Amino acid sequence: MAELLRVEGLSKRFGDVEAVRGIGFAVREGICFGLLGPNGAGKTTTLEILEGLTKADSGRILYRGEERGRDFLKRIGIQFQNTAMQDFLTVRENLKLFSAFYEQTLPIDQLVGLCALGEFLDRDARKLSGGQRQRLLLAMALVNDPELLFLDEPTTGLDPQARRNFWQLVRGIKARGKTVILTTHYMDEAEMLCDEIAVMDHGRIIAQDAPHKLLAEHFDGVLVRLPANGQAPDLPFPIEKRGDYYEFTSRDLDASLRALLDADLSLTGMQIQKPNLEDLFIKLTGHQLRG
Amino acid sequence: MRRFLAVLHTRSLEFIRDRAALGWNFAFPFFLIIGFAFAFSGEGKPLYKIGLLGDSPAARAEHAFLRLRHIEFVAYEQEAQAVERVRTHRIQLLLDLKQNRYFLNEDNAQGYIAEQLLLGSEPGVFQKAAVTGKALRYVDWVLPGILSMNMMFSCLFGVGYVLVRYRKNGMLKRFKATPLTALEFLSAQVVSRLLLILVVSAIVFFGSKLLIGFEMKGSYLALLVLAALGALAMIALGLLTASSTGSEEFAGGLLNVLSWPMMFLSGVWFSLEGTPPLLQQAAQFLPLTHLVDGARAVMNDGAGLIEIAPHLAVLAGMTAVLMAISAKLFRWEAS
Repeated sequence: MAELLRVEGLSKRFGDVEAVRGIGFAVREGICFGLLGPNGAGKTTTLEILEGLTKADSGRILYRGEERGRDFLKRIGIQFQNTAMQDFLTVRENLKLFSAFYEQTLPIDQLVGLCALGEFLDRDARKLSGGQRQRLLLAMALVNDPELLFLDEPTTGLDPQARRNFWQLVRGIKARGKTVILTTHYMDEAEMLCDEIAVMDHGRIIAQDAPHKLLAEHFDGVLVRLPANGQAPDLPFPIEKRGDYYEFTSRDLDASLRALLDADLSLTGMQIQKPNLEDLFIKLTGHQLRG
Repeated sequence: MRRFLAVLHTRSLEFIRDRAALGWNFAFPFFLIIGFAFAFSGEGKPLYKIGLLGDSPAARAEHAFLRLRHIEFVAYEQEAQAVERVRTHRIQLLLDLKQNRYFLNEDNAQGYIAEQLLLGSEPGVFQKAAVTGKALRYVDWVLPGILSMNMMFSCLFGVGYVLVRYRKNGMLKRFKATPLTALEFLSAQVVSRLLLILVVSAIVFFGSKLLIGFEMKGSYLALLVLAALGALAMIALGLLTASSTGSEEFAGGLLNVLSWPMMFLSGVWFSLEGTPPLLQQAAQFLPLTHLVDGARAVMNDGAGLIEIAPHLAVLAGMTAVLMAISAKLFRWEAS
């Protein structure tokens, strides 16, 4: 697939804070690319530089192999993290307003279908629920039928049901051949939506690949956790203490469990799971994603 | 153009649907005007002033009358303007020191007392010239000021405050991410407010005319042009205060600092005639002064476009300068 966006040596500093420290990556056309990381990792800054809203201190961004011109704004759609909408306007009027800004637009009916806005099309935008609001913001990002869609933490603050609905919409958009770049600090969101992810921490990209490849590369086996009470158990393989748990990766679960029983450990409260991106992040950075 | 019209349309919808603000825009001036009509009904506010034509230190030394205490003497340059003041009872007597004449409105009781004082202190010096005319009620005089003031508040806060709110809550940033240009966005804000404030003012104007029947002597066209230019100058001032800040508190403070002195220094409530010259000169730098003076010239004295042309020119100049600076300083995002 053709390369849509290429980023080289991007840096941005705000006063004393180095928000982005020389990052680079490429986004192929038609994929969903995720920027992952905890709050303050530099995801939003990176996204705003890509969108053209913030100027980078150094680095280069190529769109279809060329520097971005004034027309770039017409080809992209953006959903910000926090956006207020014009007061006293209905959902339909908001869409009409934004449609008027572009020469080429999707018909409103199609937007309504794409983002499931039908039930509240004539409601005042301030009276929408969190999930409905995000759907409207997504529709506003899609009015110009963009080639490239930016979503900045699109499901933060939504309830589980609303998040699942939103993911469904994003998959639908991807199916129409659009390229999506999103930021998130939810690892499950990245696993559900992204074809490729870049994990950011302190302004740097610390890992980048398809989610399953990253997991295969960094974890060999399943993750076993035991409640940590009493002294450290004596086992024939290394274990690590993380918070209230002992943790180890097992390639041969039968052998590992036998060893635990031999050591006379209680298995009450034990968890066994396939490692996910959350575990990967902790492994890579040594700290939790949130908190 | 399409983008401009879309923003214009939505901003106007927002204004009309915001019932609280809309009500305020109407209720405030009506309240004041009706209050003043009752408070100062009848004789009107007593203004004990005597006008002078050809005032000079030499004349002051020569005439014993001018040394009387507790009388306010106000110097005028133009005879026609000063005589109009006598006609409408705004001054009790006008002394022409060059031609030794005095103008008196015989219907004015205070004018009669002033005449007796003059004849008592300097018998036989001055010739009498009688003029006639109905007293200008205080409400007739104050109404142009209240309309102008309402216009000022609506423009300054309606544009300035709203723009800062848009910037603070991220709406401007959202617009920045579209092909909408700053010029399209800002001109839509300006035109929307201009049209709406003209409509609001017209409704208040004719509503008050129906309720209390004030005088409108001059040309409606002149008043409309004046109102439009005055509103533009205020909107430009509002834009300037809101050009780059993202703090509603800061913008609110700045708008108050601008609007309150204007309200008192521009002669909305009391005439600046007879106040220190420095104050009067300072007032010339305030757009509200030109709006109020122009509106009084049209409504009270029957002026037309030509008579108020200097005010129009100053307002147009202020608008151009303020708009240019605010366009230069404008930011979509708070720094």
